[in-house]
Amino acid sequence: MTATEVRKPARAGAKPRKAPLSEGKRQERKLGWLLCAPAAIVMVAVTAYPILYSFWLSLQRYDLKFPDERKFIWFTNYVTVLSNGYWWTAFGVTMLITVVSVAVELVLGMGLALVMHRTIIGRGLVRTSALIPYGIVTVVAAFSWRYAWTPGTGYLANLVSPDGAPLTERASALAIVIAAEIWKTTPFMALLLMAGLALVPDDLLKAASMDGASWWQRFTKVMLPVMKPAILVALLFRTLDALRVFDNIYVLTNGANETSSVSMIAYNNLMKGLNLGIGSTMSVLIFLTVAIIAFVFVKLFGTAAPGSSDDGRR
Amino acid sequence: MNSKLKWGVLDVIVVVFALVPVLWIVSLSFKTTATLTDGNFIPREWTFDNYQLIFQTDQFVRALINSIGIALISTLIAVVLGTMAAYAISRLDFPGKSLLVGVSLLIAMFPQVSLVSPLFNIERNTGLFDTWPGLILPYITFALPLAIYTLSAFFKQIPWDLEKAAKMDGATQGEAFRKVIAPLAAPGVFTTAILVFIFCWNDFLFAISLTSTEQSRTVPVALSFFTGASQFEDPTGAISAAAVVITIPIILFVLFFQRRIVAGLTSGAVKG
Repeated sequence: MTATEVRKPARAGAKPRKAPLSEGKRQERKLGWLLCAPAAIVMVAVTAYPILYSFWLSLQRYDLKFPDERKFIWFTNYVTVLSNGYWWTAFGVTMLITVVSVAVELVLGMGLALVMHRTIIGRGLVRTSALIPYGIVTVVAAFSWRYAWTPGTGYLANLVSPDGAPLTERASALAIVIAAEIWKTTPFMALLLMAGLALVPDDLLKAASMDGASWWQRFTKVMLPVMKPAILVALLFRTLDALRVFDNIYVLTNGANETSSVSMIAYNNLMKGLNLGIGSTMSVLIFLTVAIIAFVFVKLFGTAAPGSSDDGRR
Repeated sequence: MNSKLKWGVLDVIVVVFALVPVLWIVSLSFKTTATLTDGNFIPREWTFDNYQLIFQTDQFVRALINSIGIALISTLIAVVLGTMAAYAISRLDFPGKSLLVGVSLLIAMFPQVSLVSPLFNIERNTGLFDTWPGLILPYITFALPLAIYTLSAFFKQIPWDLEKAAKMDGATQGEAFRKVIAPLAAPGVFTTAILVFIFCWNDFLFAISLTSTEQSRTVPVALSFFTGASQFEDPTGAISAAAVVITIPIILFVLFFQRRIVAGLTSGAVKG
């Protein structure tokens, strides 16, 4: 992007040769590359190489229990996974958790953002408490939820269903997983939304109020349009994050009663099944799913993603 | 007055919502074995036994050392590399800048589980499996986008002209950096370090996939191994106590640096 901008004036000129860079400019480029190189190398080496390697593994029959039977089998693993009920169940569970938790978080997060933004009394206290779910280790929170719903031990289990075991029934277990996700990440959503809220000019709200706009009208007609980029970024980030759901399920149900997410079955395939071929196939499929969703998001909603706005183009 | 009351009520709801699960695990950690299964929110009998128990076991102490060491080293490296890249992004003009920003955005969205299978095999073959560097490497990778975004947002707010002004007033390059720029940049770097530390401290997926012994297991993973076949008869109390111990740093960060964390998260993530 920057390169083309630098070159354009040269091309527009009488001579087709590009203007020589000044010494200072060249120094600046070199320093820029030098400073970015370590970060770029680490990021690419630890993600790009393994995902390509993963693709390579996914084309092989490769079971660590039977290493001698390793064989190149093209896309057979993909057929195996995609024609398997477990994969689709896990896929459905992941989508359900993602859609429900992100939708609820958007509403709750908006409420929390408004509270954190507007409240005068105890503002520090509210913000501090809201940051605790964000910061706390997911596994810790998951154990808290698990014990809360364990019959006998838990205050919630005894309160809601004295003789049932909610974590062992599919519907209620999924509901608890979703609740745990929502509790943990609503503050993050709220913080992103609050950044958008801060962009809403107070004068505009006052003017709307003077003109007789109700609270709801001010919210939908003034605040939401201004906040749209922030909302989209928050949705994008949280959706992709929710698709990775693993920790909560691992601790709360360990995937029992068909509550596994795709991350969960990919992990189980590797650690319990020791099947690298199938595990890698799932890795690639999850990667593709996330890539498609991210692509659709960005295409559908324009360049709302951070960095695409002012970072590179300036 | 009425509106004040309304906000007050909302505040209370938020605080209760945020704190109840934390208080519950704290409460469990102080319960005696006899009262552990009474389902009471507040312990009927208080005890420190659970804490004494976990600090006597190698399993937990070793995991705590691993957690602290791995998170600190990862944070340090990620912040140094991130600072260099963020400085270049916010201050210098060079081709490939938007590519780097794009790549870090992609990595921020990357499904980490996709790396578990290949990294498992790569690390097994290179001897990194079940070692500190084996975890530090993926942590740095996924912390870098966060560090780069947060830091470049902070760096953009620094009035860099001050550096020129200082030099005109006779300060050397080094002095201008040390006395003018470093103090202005420090809060941003510090905030980023906190966010990165929280990220590394929190990880479970890599830690459980890329380790196999106490040698490099971090606390979140050790916690999940307390269950079942362990030396604890009923692991609930021990798990709760260990959970509380690893929550303490988070609580301290949040209490002391609430403003900074909020500023870091909001400025780094959204530039609409």
